[in-house]
Amino acid sequence: MDLSAINPVLLIASLMVAATPILLAGIGELVTERAGVLNLGVEGMMITGAICGFAAAVITGSPLLGFVAAALGGAMLSLLFAFLTQYALANQVASGLALTLFGLGLSALLGQGYVGIKPPATPRIDIPFLTDLPVVGRILFGHDLMVYFGIALVAAVWAFLRYSRAGLILRAVGESHDAAHALGYKVRRVRVLAIMFGGACAGLGGAYVSLIRVPQWTEGMTAGAGWIALALVVFASWKPWRVLLGAYLFGGVTVLQLNLQAAGLAIPVEYLSMSPYLITILVLVIMSADKSRAPAALGRIFHAAQ
Amino acid sequence: MKMNKRSFLAGTAATLALVASGAMAASHAEKLKVGFVYVGPIGDGGWTHEHDKGRQAVEAEFGDAVETVFVESVPEGPDAERVMTQMALGGAKLIFTTSFGYMDPTINVAKKFPDVKFEHATGYKTAPNVGTYSARFYEGRAVQGTIAGRLTKSNVVGYIGSYPIPEVIRGINSAYIHAKKVNPDVTFKIVWAFTWFDPAKEADAAKVLIEQGADVILQHTDSTAPQAAAEAAGNVYTFGQASDMAEFAPKPRVSSIIDNWGPYYIKQTKAVMDGTWVSEMTWDGIGAGMVGIGEITDAVPADVKAEALALKDSIASGAYHPFTGPLKKQDGSDWLAAGETADDGTLAGMNFYVEGIEGSIPQ
Amino acid sequence: MLRLEKRRQPSRGWAWATPLLAVLATLVFGGLLFAALGKDPLVALQTIFYDPLLGEHAFFYRPQLLVKAAPLILIATGLSLGFRAGIWNIGAEGQYIIGAICGAGCGLAFYPMEGWFIFPLMVICGALGGFLWAMIPALLKVRFGTNEILVSLMLVYVAEQLLASVSLGLLKNPQGFGFPGSRNLQQYDSAHNAEIFAGTGMHWGVATALIAVIFGYILLNRHLLGFHIRLTGEAPRAARFAGVIPARLVVFCLGVGGALAGLAGLFEVSGPAGQVSIDFNAGYGFTAIIVAFLGRLHPVGILLAGLLMALTYIGGEIAQSTLGLPAAAIQVFQGMLLFFLLAVDVLTNYRLRFGGRVKA
Repeated sequence: MDLSAINPVLLIASLMVAATPILLAGIGELVTERAGVLNLGVEGMMITGAICGFAAAVITGSPLLGFVAAALGGAMLSLLFAFLTQYALANQVASGLALTLFGLGLSALLGQGYVGIKPPATPRIDIPFLTDLPVVGRILFGHDLMVYFGIALVAAVWAFLRYSRAGLILRAVGESHDAAHALGYKVRRVRVLAIMFGGACAGLGGAYVSLIRVPQWTEGMTAGAGWIALALVVFASWKPWRVLLGAYLFGGVTVLQLNLQAAGLAIPVEYLSMSPYLITILVLVIMSADKSRAPAALGRIFHAAQ
Repeated sequence: MKMNKRSFLAGTAATLALVASGAMAASHAEKLKVGFVYVGPIGDGGWTHEHDKGRQAVEAEFGDAVETVFVESVPEGPDAERVMTQMALGGAKLIFTTSFGYMDPTINVAKKFPDVKFEHATGYKTAPNVGTYSARFYEGRAVQGTIAGRLTKSNVVGYIGSYPIPEVIRGINSAYIHAKKVNPDVTFKIVWAFTWFDPAKEADAAKVLIEQGADVILQHTDSTAPQAAAEAAGNVYTFGQASDMAEFAPKPRVSSIIDNWGPYYIKQTKAVMDGTWVSEMTWDGIGAGMVGIGEITDAVPADVKAEALALKDSIASGAYHPFTGPLKKQDGSDWLAAGETADDGTLAGMNFYVEGIEGSIPQ
Repeated sequence: MLRLEKRRQPSRGWAWATPLLAVLATLVFGGLLFAALGKDPLVALQTIFYDPLLGEHAFFYRPQLLVKAAPLILIATGLSLGFRAGIWNIGAEGQYIIGAICGAGCGLAFYPMEGWFIFPLMVICGALGGFLWAMIPALLKVRFGTNEILVSLMLVYVAEQLLASVSLGLLKNPQGFGFPGSRNLQQYDSAHNAEIFAGTGMHWGVATALIAVIFGYILLNRHLLGFHIRLTGEAPRAARFAGVIPARLVVFCLGVGGALAGLAGLFEVSGPAGQVSIDFNAGYGFTAIIVAFLGRLHPVGILLAGLLMALTYIGGEIAQSTLGLPAAAIQVFQGMLLFFLLAVDVLTNYRLRFGGRVKA
């Protein structure tokens, strides 16, 4: 056993990368849920984003266009969910699960010609002076752009929800759609937009896996990251900055346990792997004591009685 | 193996099935139908992908004389049993079941279809119409270990395992023995991913090993994620696994172990056509071509390449066995005396590290 | 302008007509999908829907339909009680796994002893395992008001890790050459959930599923508790006035759901699957949620929905091997079917009105 082999700076730097897919998907789902919609189809939207982004990047040779396509792909798929739950008034839990099934199949069909291809590389930023700084240089200034985009997105969502009028309306819709409707807000339109935002973010998260983190296309490659993103939103008690914290924690546990293994420490991997979920449950219990809980209308169907 | 009396109760269905499959066979008298049951999608780029290439090799070899069918992503258990039965009912006369977890389902279905031949990959149970086949990947690991031991500057070799099963442990031991032989200072860092398939996690595992000083990475997982991580890190060497992963050559990928099922599938298909098929436990390696060693690139010094190829040839010809004594187990107890080679039984169930490897196998 | 108007009563006619409409739409769009993949759409659809039921080898597939549908129906029936009352247990997958581990563990503890009492004991352990696993979200909800959707979902992942752990450790077959996975219970007579009538596919899990459907029907339609469940779902405030104790209902619904999911796991592991292994769970717990909604949370509907779902699985496999359709196409096809079924349900509860609303 040699714990000194673990370099904390590199550990933090790599957990930031490991956390980015679930961070992106999580912040999108947070917005969706704050609007009162529970979309369990994150995994399906992520994997669809992963192949859309991969295919677009391979065809155009531009990772940036790949990410744009991924966001579009995720948003398009989420429109199906939006139609089912907002217009056909179908149950959200069932629709979300169906969306995951559909997305996994669709992505596999779309990806048939892309197995074994290497995507164009996404450059890591390298600022001559800053990146070479000891400790902070590698952590703060040595990543690809999407890592920063994820963090910026968290900040943007936070500011949007807290300070903007549109954010206020979104929260109102999530707390009580009937009251929001009575005030003249377009509940359905707000929710559809929130769902699409969630889909776009999930798509970006999936493309981060297929274009940067792995990078490769294989069927089912998101391997459950979408479900972790769902847990993340709950863990964060629907607060943007806590999503960031949670993503680093969830990502950190994986990276840390691999580090401990490599350092020769005999650890029960299964028990460490279940710890984020147990912590999430604990957070849920603690949270239910105070009243900053889930959006009150989460998962409920809205139909304007006329 | 204990016989299960209840399975014979399913007689009614079996009899009907036989009549039906007999009728099918008559209508396709000249064309042999060969079925393949896959555990993953054929687009997994690894295990199932290679089996499907084997299937395509069968089609290419026999053309119109065969018809191949396959079902992908079949969960182990009752679904597998149903798919096999369905293939047998559909007239398949030879069925390859390509995952360890299909072992008991294969035996069950084989009982109901005595005139259909079954080939089960990586298992240990046979029947008059069930043979098994597996590849001696550890032979390839010996070659990799030699190259790894020579290439490493930090004397730290990283190893990514899936689950701690004999197959993976064999590979670790074989690679370690041969790395140690050429470089007495080498140490192995072993990380278990505890998943068959999660590319993102494999990428993390590779990064962790590199950060902890490994400059050669061996992997017993199928995705190219570790290759990409090594490429990003710069001066790290890797080996392709399952498929050649040539898109990462000449560096980081300096060589590879390729699952090459095609020749075996062709041979067994021919045997069924000729009526010479018999139930066997096949465990082939480099010599028979089931384990392929991908091109060793120029990133490897010429003398090391020559040494590796010499080792490969001596294994292929049978002159050398990768597990040749004197060897001790990790706890220091004797395993093989000088000149003694490991028997297949011990290898098949290998659950210990050889002397010198640090850490313990997770339970 | 198209708009929806809520019906006072769900339409009985549409309740029957919508599933047919959905299947019809799926046939059309699925046919287009198969045609786009270069297969004859009519042949593909016939292979999926007709062959397993009435085709040449239907004698084999019909029993298999029961085997495949039974765990789905069993789990979905349990879940539907909670869903009716607005109690969302989406962690049936976890309860299924724990039921299988507990039941199989109980049986293996006796190995190699034979005895008539072993299987019944396993059944009890399986149900108890699922029940206790479901009690975690139930009690947290009752005591702390914690959201049961999320707790039950989190516990699925915990259960999956436990499954990997016991497959590699505690329950690993000592004679399995170091491979993960337990002994095969099919080869241990006292613990084997064999077919009750050979060749019919009818094992104890199928029988239990049918019994559960009947009991579910009676409970919901003929029993005070069922009335309370429905009332709580439709009008929680009114339910409280009617004397419903919400906490007790939460414990009951989650408990029954968990116990039935646990039973499904136990019957699967001791019968068709045979052994506990890392990948033992094949997503029945999640698929059952879809089945519950497809069946409109009605026991008889669930029975039919479970069979329909099983049909698409089995027919899909046949289409893969006989027509060379990729597995992904079958998944997309199933997704379509679900989407259409969910989408058309709106017609049962709402009336479509053409023309804009008159301005007030």
